[in-house]
Amino acid sequence: MNIVVCVKQVPDTESPRKLKSDDNTLDRAAADGVINELDEYAIEEALLIKEAHGGEVTVLTMGPDKATESIRKALAMGADKAVHLVDDALVGSDALQTSYALQQLVTRIGADLVILGSESTDARTGVMAAMLSERLGWPQVTMANKVEINGTAIAAQRQTDTGFDKIEASLPAVVSVVEKINEPRYPSFKGIMAAKKKPVESLSIADAGIEADKVGVANAYSSVVDHADAPARAKGQIVTDEGDGGVKIADFLASKKFV
Amino acid sequence: MAEILVLIDHAEGEVKKVSFELLTLARSLGEASAVWIGPGYEAVADKIAEYGPAKVYVAADSELTEYVVAPKVEVLQQLAAGAGAVLVAATGEGKEIAGRLAVRLDSGVLTDVVGVTPDLVAEHSVFGGSVIAHAKVVKGTPVIAVRPNAIALEAAPGSPAVEQVSVALSDAAKGAKITERVVQEKGERPDLTEASIVVSGGRGVGGAENFKVIEGLADTLGAAVGASRAATDAGWYPHQFQVGQTGKTVSPQLYVAAGISGAIQHRAGMQTSKTIVAVNKDPEAPIFELVDFGVVGDLFQVVPQLTEEITKRK
Repeated sequence: MNIVVCVKQVPDTESPRKLKSDDNTLDRAAADGVINELDEYAIEEALLIKEAHGGEVTVLTMGPDKATESIRKALAMGADKAVHLVDDALVGSDALQTSYALQQLVTRIGADLVILGSESTDARTGVMAAMLSERLGWPQVTMANKVEINGTAIAAQRQTDTGFDKIEASLPAVVSVVEKINEPRYPSFKGIMAAKKKPVESLSIADAGIEADKVGVANAYSSVVDHADAPARAKGQIVTDEGDGGVKIADFLASKKFV
Repeated sequence: MAEILVLIDHAEGEVKKVSFELLTLARSLGEASAVWIGPGYEAVADKIAEYGPAKVYVAADSELTEYVVAPKVEVLQQLAAGAGAVLVAATGEGKEIAGRLAVRLDSGVLTDVVGVTPDLVAEHSVFGGSVIAHAKVVKGTPVIAVRPNAIALEAAPGSPAVEQVSVALSDAAKGAKITERVVQEKGERPDLTEASIVVSGGRGVGGAENFKVIEGLADTLGAAVGASRAATDAGWYPHQFQVGQTGKTVSPQLYVAAGISGAIQHRAGMQTSKTIVAVNKDPEAPIFELVDFGVVGDLFQVVPQLTEEITKRK
């Protein structure tokens, strides 16, 4: 079983996140980079499937040099190798372009299963797994909170607002996972040491057979016109409960016509 | 006027409120056409007509709802030729539909949109509401996923022309079959992302049993119940009710946070709420930076008193 896990390095949500004033793209220098939190569940699920069924787990990421930090973490958790697409021509690529690039790479690596987190904590578009499924022509097994592989069959529970849908498909497939599907492991000291020796293949777009005029901010399908900080909320009224806190809230809600 | 397609989001025979918001928005952008996929249109036809689509496309074949996402994309693709834009709800599945459709149409897609101007510039609230960005699709037919509760509803009763649509699904669209729909949590409460009032509990609630206090207030207000990540991680409340960076984004008229400190993880999911009220023991809790009204105190004293007081005033 060849499993590819797509991983994205994102600005740490604990540090201030900004868009750049010149081209409205993400200011990656302004914030510390971390692995997208939901991708850790994808890595864990890939490792669990590998442990049960054998095979190899390849981490795939597209991003600047700094994204090697996220690759190292994934390898330390137990992934076998990594492919890192890094090229200045990719800067500012939108979701459509990114899904095109990832499709080229998945095809090049060869996979039975591609696993992603259900969304990234920076852009939060939540479209990547669906787009990749569309581009590869593989079944979309997304927002899974449970996945079972049986030979070439895959069964999953797709989380919905009111519960879940049971779904069935055949490999190869594209899977996205939600939080709670598993408990991502912490890299062990041994894992961290071993990660340093694991192969990381760094590819330019030319290496990967990606056409330069299909990626990058200049060829994007959408463009950010402008951006500004949201207006700060006006300072509210804060009181200490003196036995009538609930009544005071009720008064406030009544003044706003909520009750 | 360009035709603006609106995918009607519905479940268990009910149209989601966001669909009416999308129709309201569509009418300001061009000629609104509703797209209904699956059985059951007749039962809700009058309700949809209230929001003024000039036309309703009905793709009634039940097969279209038996597979994950892709069949809906094929219906929309067939209808999108010549359309000015396609609007879908920015829910988890809505965004997946938008993404796949954009690939099919070789068009740009904008997600988590909170407003659209007649020249199709979309407003996004990004980084958990801390930045407002405007963006435009520059290639193809814009596919725009709009957040629930972002557009003010406006009815415009009419009698739309109904056109039946049939689609021959590709094999690829039948890749992931839905074999069963399991409904775990379907009470009388409104949908979390669509609710006009949300009452959430966090670490301070202290246990699954204690969530009754939160639910009691919610039911008095006709609100949805949410939970912070601390509460869902601890198993006190089901994961699908998590509000925050890795959960749902909500933007209700009123958000009540009880026992929630307001870590950035949580704020990212609720700080665009119109009015925010919080109860927390810790006067330093960051949630108080966001509130319109806050009470420093014990939620087990304050929240039941509030519930009682509201009941009294009704």
